[in-house]
Amino acid sequence: MKPARFDYARPASLGEAVALLGTRGTVVKCLAGGQSLGPMLNLRLVQPDLLVDITRIPELTRVEEDGDGVLLGACTTHAAIEDGRVPDVTGGVLPAVAQGIAYRAVRSRGTIGGSLAHADPAADWITCLTALGAEIVVHGPSGRRELAVAEFMRGGFETALEADEILEAVRVPRLGAGARWGYYKVNRKPGEFAHAIGAVLHDPERGVCRAVAGATESRPIVIEDASRLVARSDRAAVVELLREGGLGADAYSLQIHAVALERAIRTLS
Amino acid sequence: MSGQGVGKSVPRKEDDRYLRGRGQFVADIKLPGMKEVAFLRSPLAHARIGDIHIPGKWRDAVFTAADLAGVKPIRAVSSLPGFKPSEQPCLARNKVRQVGEAIAACVADTRAEAEDIAAEIEVDFEELPAVVDMIAARAPDAPLVHEEWGDNVFLESLVDGDVESVKDKAAIRVTRELRTARQCMMPIEGRGVVAAWDPRLDQLIVHSAAQMPHVTRTGLCECLGLDHGQVRVVAPDVGGGFGYKGVLLPEEVCLSWLTMRLGHPLRWIEDRREHLTAGANCREHHYLITAYAEADGRLLAIDAEATVDSGAYSIYPFSACLEAAQIGSILPGPYDLPVYRCRTWSVASNKSPIMPYRGVARTGVCFAMELIIDAIAREAGLEPHEVRLKNLVPPEAMPFDNITGKHFDSGDYPESLRRAVAEIDLPAVRARQQRGEADGRLIGLGLAIYCEQAAHGTSVYAGWGIPMVPGHEQAALRITPDGGLEVRVGVHSHGQGLETTLAQVVNEILGIAIDKVKVVHGDTQLTPYSTGTWGSRCMVMAGGAVATGCRALAGRIMKIGAGLLQVPVAEVALEDGRVRGAAGSVGIDEVAQVWYLRPQDLPDDVDPAGLEITAGYKPERDSGTFSYASHAVVVAVDAELGAVEILDYVVIEDGGKLVNPMIVDGQIQGGAAQGIGTALYEEMPFDAAGQPLASTLADYLIPGATEVPSLRIGHMETLSPYTEFGVKGIGEGGAIAPPAAIANAVNDALRPLGAEVTETPITPRRLLAAIAKAQRDGAQRDGAQRDGAQGGGS
Ligand SMILES: Cc1cc2nc3c(=O)[nH]c(=O)nc-3n(C[C@H](O)[C@H](O)[C@H](O)COP(=O)(O)OP(=O)(O)OC[C@H]3O[C@@H](n4cnc5c(N)ncnc54)[C@H](O)[C@@H]3O)c2cc1C
Repeated sequence: MKPARFDYARPASLGEAVALLGTRGTVVKCLAGGQSLGPMLNLRLVQPDLLVDITRIPELTRVEEDGDGVLLGACTTHAAIEDGRVPDVTGGVLPAVAQGIAYRAVRSRGTIGGSLAHADPAADWITCLTALGAEIVVHGPSGRRELAVAEFMRGGFETALEADEILEAVRVPRLGAGARWGYYKVNRKPGEFAHAIGAVLHDPERGVCRAVAGATESRPIVIEDASRLVARSDRAAVVELLREGGLGADAYSLQIHAVALERAIRTLS
Repeated sequence: MSGQGVGKSVPRKEDDRYLRGRGQFVADIKLPGMKEVAFLRSPLAHARIGDIHIPGKWRDAVFTAADLAGVKPIRAVSSLPGFKPSEQPCLARNKVRQVGEAIAACVADTRAEAEDIAAEIEVDFEELPAVVDMIAARAPDAPLVHEEWGDNVFLESLVDGDVESVKDKAAIRVTRELRTARQCMMPIEGRGVVAAWDPRLDQLIVHSAAQMPHVTRTGLCECLGLDHGQVRVVAPDVGGGFGYKGVLLPEEVCLSWLTMRLGHPLRWIEDRREHLTAGANCREHHYLITAYAEADGRLLAIDAEATVDSGAYSIYPFSACLEAAQIGSILPGPYDLPVYRCRTWSVASNKSPIMPYRGVARTGVCFAMELIIDAIAREAGLEPHEVRLKNLVPPEAMPFDNITGKHFDSGDYPESLRRAVAEIDLPAVRARQQRGEADGRLIGLGLAIYCEQAAHGTSVYAGWGIPMVPGHEQAALRITPDGGLEVRVGVHSHGQGLETTLAQVVNEILGIAIDKVKVVHGDTQLTPYSTGTWGSRCMVMAGGAVATGCRALAGRIMKIGAGLLQVPVAEVALEDGRVRGAAGSVGIDEVAQVWYLRPQDLPDDVDPAGLEITAGYKPERDSGTFSYASHAVVVAVDAELGAVEILDYVVIEDGGKLVNPMIVDGQIQGGAAQGIGTALYEEMPFDAAGQPLASTLADYLIPGATEVPSLRIGHMETLSPYTEFGVKGIGEGGAIAPPAAIANAVNDALRPLGAEVTETPITPRRLLAAIAKAQRDGAQRDGAQRDGAQGGGS
């Protein structure tokens, strides 16, 4: 399969890119690493009139660290995070998760912003960053807005982004000194999307004990207060929470999500 | 020069160009004026075709069945009684019978533009109910794939046996229902065709990613009504075949016809989506198998029903029934079986035609037989290898004619199994199981043994009566004026390393260095007719032909050499590429120079046939060689997630004389990778409407480097009594046993849970379902027992 015909633009500024996205009467799509968009173009699942390559926009590749955390430009690649080329404020979560995404070739091009904007429920960042309580900076015609990752994703492949908005950056909070985390992904081979993800963050200093079940059909299931589960492993309780989160329909899926969450929790201790 | 002959692990000659990216595949061929073809394919599995709406501006760029005047459909008939032939149209006519069936060919300068055109065509379909499950397809009220048949059965066959006679004396009786999933073959290179008409030669030149180019040519001639002289098929470098590239595709016929009609070259390169959803399907078997045995595990009888989902059409040249017909004859495997009955069905469905894939039929057969043997072992309370050792054909019985008339040429089957069991260290694995794992995973050990009929010839295939029956194999050999040798063979090498191994055969007999041997293959114009590369036959057949030719050439070389040395021919010998007499020697290069460039120096009675020959060969018996192997595997099963990890994998293989042991190891390793795919990963699922659900490699999982362990391979070399050097065909073996061995290992691991898997691939979902079922059954049993106990007490 080859893509249908499209035009291509590579703006140098965020304003220009937003203006292009707002072109009336045409379908315009951002192109970041192309690792999800490329296959969709080839399969003609999307047939945009214009592709706006956003990888040369300085705001999208910038990285800023301060006391509260780090701001990662949307076009930061998985590989840059894996390699520690950007500051890590999470005690190793980000590089470890980055390393488990796909293959190196995909990581070299794929971006954190692209992954979030694509909003594949099975992707890693959406679950990982939900557990971390990260925030997303969105840039549109009327300026910036920020929202929590958990609110950003609306459903499978659905986000809060308007057609003329760009995901500009991700703000990752700095974890407290005694923070511990666990991340467990169920897939059958490297490069295969997850069938289930369990992520947990226990950060007593900041009063966070959050567990997230990812790779559902839709948004990750968030257990804001998971302290009971962290204190004592309890399969029945986990299953019950996941059921409440909407995972009951398929016994297999329920089981592997429960196990993933349990194992993520187990790595805390 | 020594050290390059038969038995030496010399590096492969062809790897230099492959590793440097200098191979030339169909997609690398660019001809002046060449245009691209994209096919509009059916989105439905079963539908009547109404009007096809082609926008006016594309009228000259789109071709449908109505345009294909004079093109015959592809027909692959078998002479087996009761076989119902199908007609596979090159572009669908009236009806589509599978998703992906080509309806229109769209021509443009680029593939993308051709796809744009295809997207603008509209087809009126009247959807029909689809036949998706092969068992349901046999029901009397099932929808019909080919209405004129009255049912959906290409062929039903029976190998009869008196099973009733053993039923009473059998202490053990086990029955299993087993399935192997539909798979795709997935060579790195898909299919591809570049077709052009050469007006000077009055010839159609078809470059095709083909493994049987001569058969492709014959098929094209039949469909297009051309003389063989008017068609040349060139198979350049080919990136793996595995059977898919032996099949004549409607696309090949279509492009050939179109290039003649349009007058310019055309190309079609299959993409991965077409590969997955429109072609390359294989392997889908269903078994209902019952074994009867003595209390000590000795087999009394096997009674089986086997069904193969053959898909929509009978493919050329293998037909729709080869797979099921082979099941009937090879299910007994390497065992000495007193009584055997097997009924088989080749069933039509609204899916891609089933095609022969590395290990054809044997992979499913081995799965069925080896799982039932393990079931007997559990019933008898014996180690699985003990039951096998009681039933394998012993070495002293060789050569052995088994219950279906298969003639096992040679081998020591029990020894290969004993060695595999020793190598995997059975007692250590059992001890480890007793100890348990720190991570809670369950350890299992699995065995599988098979024997593989290969290079089987005329007598075997004549019985099936399909369009291709192999006869003698030929090789054309020509000493060049500088003392090198050109070898021209009709088989094709696409990963097997024949450019090296055939040169090793030459080196063994004539002493010519392998880099001076040029193996020419893949061109019907340049090579002798051959059925090509399939059935693990090339080393036996083409190797035999090359050896025969070399021996004949050796006589002629010695004659000329003796003349030059001025001694009687009886007093010379050919050693290391030189004709040696008592007083001196001349090299083959000097002999060649005299023959070609200085004939005045030739002896008067020289053989006028010179230094060129076409030699033919067939083994002493053409019933096939039987290589065999025992696979032993240890797995760890994560019973919470259904995950299976292979911890250790041993293969003890006997391929007769190994021409190049390194290449053989490569074949085993590569085949086993595919077998592991069958066992754990690969599956083309369909929905109830016949939609293939895996249309990219994100959905169709194939094992990669991280999933395939390094095998521990050991060899035995029991020569075949019937072939040159005693070689046996080994190309497919690696792919045969892994599903059986791995399933047996998983079942061994699951034993404490009372669960058993019966289907490939063993996905986490299937594995957990098996455990859940065992828990339900167990609960029911406990409940019944409790009720029983209470009943007894009151
Ligand atoms: C073989 C393979 C395996 C993979 N395995 C995994 C895996 O294990 N885990 C995982 O998480 N992911 C996996 N991926 C996906 C990968 O991480 C992609 O990089 C990611 O999903 C998309 O990022 P991208 O930069 O390539 O975005 P693109 O493909 O360029 O874009 C994706 C979508 O997001 C939009 N978009 C991109 N950037 C922005 C932006 N800044 N603002 C607004 N919209 C934007 C695009 O318009 C498009 O719709 C895999 C991909 C492949 C090809």
